[in-house]
Amino acid sequence: MPDGSDKLTGKARYSAGVLEYKKMGYWEPDYEPKDTDIISLFRITPQDGVDPIEAAAAVAGESSTATWTVVWTDRLTACEKYRAKAYRVDPVPNSTGQYFAYIAYDLDLFEPGSIANLTASIIGNVFGFKPLKALRLEDMRLPIAYIKTYNGPATGIVVERERLNCFGRPLLGATVKPKLGLSGRNYGRVVYEALRGGLDFTKDDENINSQPFMHWRDRFLYCMEAVNRASAATGEVKGTYLNVTAGTMEEMYKRAEFAKDLGSVIIMIDLVIGYTAIQSMANWARDNDMILHLHRAGHSTYTRQRNHGVSFRVIAKWMRLAGVDHIHAGTVVGKLEGDPATTKGFYDVMREEFNPQSLETGIFFDQHWASLNKMMPVASGGIHAGQMHQLIHYLGEDVVLQFGGGTIGHPQGIQAGAEANRVALEAMIFARNAGDNYLQNGPEILARAAKNCTPLKQALDVWKGVTFNYESTDAPDFVVTPTTS
Amino acid sequence: MKLRQGTFSFLPDLTDSEIHTQVQYCIDNGWAVSVEYTDDPHPRNTYWEMWGHPMFDNPDAAAVVFEVNECRKQFGDSYIRVIAFDSSHGWESIKLSFIVNRPKDEPGFHVSREEVKGRSIRYSIKSYATDKPEGRRY
Repeated sequence: MPDGSDKLTGKARYSAGVLEYKKMGYWEPDYEPKDTDIISLFRITPQDGVDPIEAAAAVAGESSTATWTVVWTDRLTACEKYRAKAYRVDPVPNSTGQYFAYIAYDLDLFEPGSIANLTASIIGNVFGFKPLKALRLEDMRLPIAYIKTYNGPATGIVVERERLNCFGRPLLGATVKPKLGLSGRNYGRVVYEALRGGLDFTKDDENINSQPFMHWRDRFLYCMEAVNRASAATGEVKGTYLNVTAGTMEEMYKRAEFAKDLGSVIIMIDLVIGYTAIQSMANWARDNDMILHLHRAGHSTYTRQRNHGVSFRVIAKWMRLAGVDHIHAGTVVGKLEGDPATTKGFYDVMREEFNPQSLETGIFFDQHWASLNKMMPVASGGIHAGQMHQLIHYLGEDVVLQFGGGTIGHPQGIQAGAEANRVALEAMIFARNAGDNYLQNGPEILARAAKNCTPLKQALDVWKGVTFNYESTDAPDFVVTPTTS
Repeated sequence: MKLRQGTFSFLPDLTDSEIHTQVQYCIDNGWAVSVEYTDDPHPRNTYWEMWGHPMFDNPDAAAVVFEVNECRKQFGDSYIRVIAFDSSHGWESIKLSFIVNRPKDEPGFHVSREEVKGRSIRYSIKSYATDKPEGRRY
């Protein structure tokens, strides 16, 4: 937006009183971000009558050095350096009253290797700021200098595959259902049946911790019996995400140690334990050769609405820094929120070494990952074998496909459900590799595979036509414009 | 028991022409394909014997299928797999791995349990076939 800097300096700047943020130096339209700056892109919705540039400057101020009034103590510091600088404000396409504000932060504003510190600055204070109706953190550009202060995912996609001896296809999982109420013994039965039938993983749900119906130790013991039996029955490495989420770090470490002692290849935590706890568990996982699964419990409270909160693509970036190996990231075709283009953007953030700017998938900045390990996205919620061609098309190969209901709800039982999923998956990967137009011919490929696999035929019959076609609330603002050549 | 390792172990055993399609896919992606065999199918037996080096500059899947059949002549009652290596930065590991030959009889695995304190159990998985010395197992 055309508005030059009207920054004040010297005595005019530091006279006691209240000054517009843009005059305090938080609006620098000529600023060229340095390679080492962290850049945030906010979607701002100013209150009626509030100048968008002043609103952007206020966000820059409140997320860095400013307070509501002029303070002389600024002059004891290299305050020019420490001020975040709003340098660009664009109207959001097709959204009256909303603006994209680009804000650059000097690297020295942040402690190395601390998501808590990063978030305390960037989202700590500004989201309740009165001159704004709403505020959303859409994307961040993290400089390599900052990324290198984190260890990143403990295991990463490649090493996870090497440990599991599983290549060339998505991994298959299922969440044990019902998610509450099963005793440890009954719970382990579901795990055994699903793994024996052909899944690679089973999973505790986000709220399975240690309740009256099932103590956590019981769950771990019965689950590992199931894992080992299934491994022997198939000759494969199997795993079950043992959720170690608990009320204190001490308790989580205790549960993680027990999972390790029992020989589990993977443990699980919930996003609600907080960023610092996640980083601590990632360090523990790194020290103990453990794959770390993150269930994004709670994220929709702040990621889903387009005008306010934090985009999941930013959460994904933070989690790659924090160091989890698995993260739930949407299915496109299932029951939970997920526009295809936006979801592709999330998956790219998790799995690529470099993300080029791609507005149509919501990626606003080029992002180098400095060889940080890749995170395995997990697709979970309302998916079934009949969608296999679409799932592979949208989500690719490096993903865990979690069929909970789509395994346990099979009419012939859990093993049959698992086998149906595995056969559908292998048949589709085979067809893709053989050069078949698998997206278009998916239903025929599945029908053909079902001739050798009754459970797949039954699955296709039961769930045919099950779709969840609702409009997404979180979609990109920019669409691809076809170019004429 | 059917060993379920590899990308296609839930499909009917692959024919040579089916193996060809998968190998050509690997070659077209720039991956080096190799053949390996073993008589120890333990899920954590990482290092199967190499039937020669990965075929780095081979453009033709038929050459791999030929090697699979040569390997079958000598080790027809072993497990044989085809694996493809991607040397790209950021991967530098296996991209596809599938079984192309099995012993006639697959006896499977035994779970042994050692009960230790606090109801914990130490598990160990052992192939019934590996009781016998290498080379005399199937």
